[in-house]
Amino acid sequence: MTTKMGIEVSVAIGEAVKLANADVVAAYPITPQTHIVEHLAELVADGELEAVYMPVESEHSAMSACLGTAAVGARTFTATAGQGLELMHEVLYVASSMRLPIVMAVANRALSSPISIWGDHSDAMAVRDTGWIQIFGENGQEVIDNVLCAFRIAEDRRVLLPVMVHLDAFHLTHMVEPITFPEKSKVDQFIPPNEYPLPLDPNKPVTMGGFGPPPIYSEVKWAQEVNLRAAKEVILQVWQEFGDTFGRYYSPVEGYRSEGSRVLLLTMGSFSETAMAAIDKMKSEGKDVGLIKLRLWRPFPFDEIRQAVKDAEVLIVLDRAISFGGPGGPVCSEIKSALYQQERKPKVIGFVGGLGGRDISVAGFEEIVSRGIEISETGSSQEFEIFGVRE
Amino acid sequence: MVKPEGALTWKDIEIGFMVTEPGSASQYRTGDWRSQKPIFDLEKCIKCGLCYIYCPEGCIRQNAEEDFEADMYYCKGCGICARECPKDVITMVEEEE
Repeated sequence: MTTKMGIEVSVAIGEAVKLANADVVAAYPITPQTHIVEHLAELVADGELEAVYMPVESEHSAMSACLGTAAVGARTFTATAGQGLELMHEVLYVASSMRLPIVMAVANRALSSPISIWGDHSDAMAVRDTGWIQIFGENGQEVIDNVLCAFRIAEDRRVLLPVMVHLDAFHLTHMVEPITFPEKSKVDQFIPPNEYPLPLDPNKPVTMGGFGPPPIYSEVKWAQEVNLRAAKEVILQVWQEFGDTFGRYYSPVEGYRSEGSRVLLLTMGSFSETAMAAIDKMKSEGKDVGLIKLRLWRPFPFDEIRQAVKDAEVLIVLDRAISFGGPGGPVCSEIKSALYQQERKPKVIGFVGGLGGRDISVAGFEEIVSRGIEISETGSSQEFEIFGVRE
Repeated sequence: MVKPEGALTWKDIEIGFMVTEPGSASQYRTGDWRSQKPIFDLEKCIKCGLCYIYCPEGCIRQNAEEDFEADMYYCKGCGICARECPKDVITMVEEEE
């Protein structure tokens, strides 16, 4: 039966992976992801999850092991954060290019130096071009639900791509939240057994990750790009079916009190929760501002974003990462490029904030919105502004 | 292999560019890489077989007459056979178009 309990989100991810009947977990512990894999190790050791737990010597090895297990058709899960994700970097490309349906929880953490164990989106943004599907969770329930959806999406024959489910360090990983766990039998129906079409099999040998000389490399890369873009349709179908089965619906872009608002704020990840509170406060004071929450980061939902913001005059985007020396935060940059060719579009104002685990309060979001409106009227000499830095 | 690599479109690409036919590397014409080719002066040959042993491509064999020769489909023209031959049987000469 469906159960609801107060549980730390990291531990709940372990439970979700158990519900999904993962065959292999290959992982290396790193703060703030540790509790996820620690709990999975416990579940395997206690015989509650019939899976192989592979403790490896680094994240590079973790992802390499995942390649192997996914290639034989085993349902494969791993988790990492920050520097760990960076150490995996080259192997991430291999996973997506070889079309291996690995699911990975990423506890978004700031990158060194200085050493920070706290959250921001620098790690996620550094891997945005690796060909993975990337979904951002706003709260614990979203993360749990999307871990389940991730297996379904990744293993779908039309997709066969690895999926990252992103959750913000500490704000989500270490939070005890009321989580609803779906019934096991329904999860079993929702996620059918993994039937990878061309697994490594001595009786029917295949070569994976072979040689791609100039006459074929471009064709391979274009096939990969078409495949990732087409995955969006499947993601939408899976979210629809998840909603019909379990009652919680997800979409690539979600509006919160955004209909008809002249000014829109856009956030991604756990900050959306505080931003909603800020929108409520501003609305109650008669301010014409709504919120857009971005959930699907790759493949980027161009149409949904255009549709969501087309009637606004000002769109204020908050990034939790800096693209050093570039046009602003990566999310803002993407949204600008999505809107550039549109005839009707809002002015897009970019802010970077919440770096290295720094909170943005309701008052902070109010300040971002009022400064954003000011910039939309008077302009700014900078490509983007950073929020809350002491002068 | 159904089509040579240069004729495959992106729609022909197998999932993850997997190769589903075992041993297909033997179809790869490494002879295309060659800028020099080995010429054998068989009169000097003592059939010691060092060229066969040293060839990194494994493309030197004895033919029906027991003469050593290189399979030009695979020979990359590295010249190791010529370097190792104790009797200077093999000379590397420029490939001509």
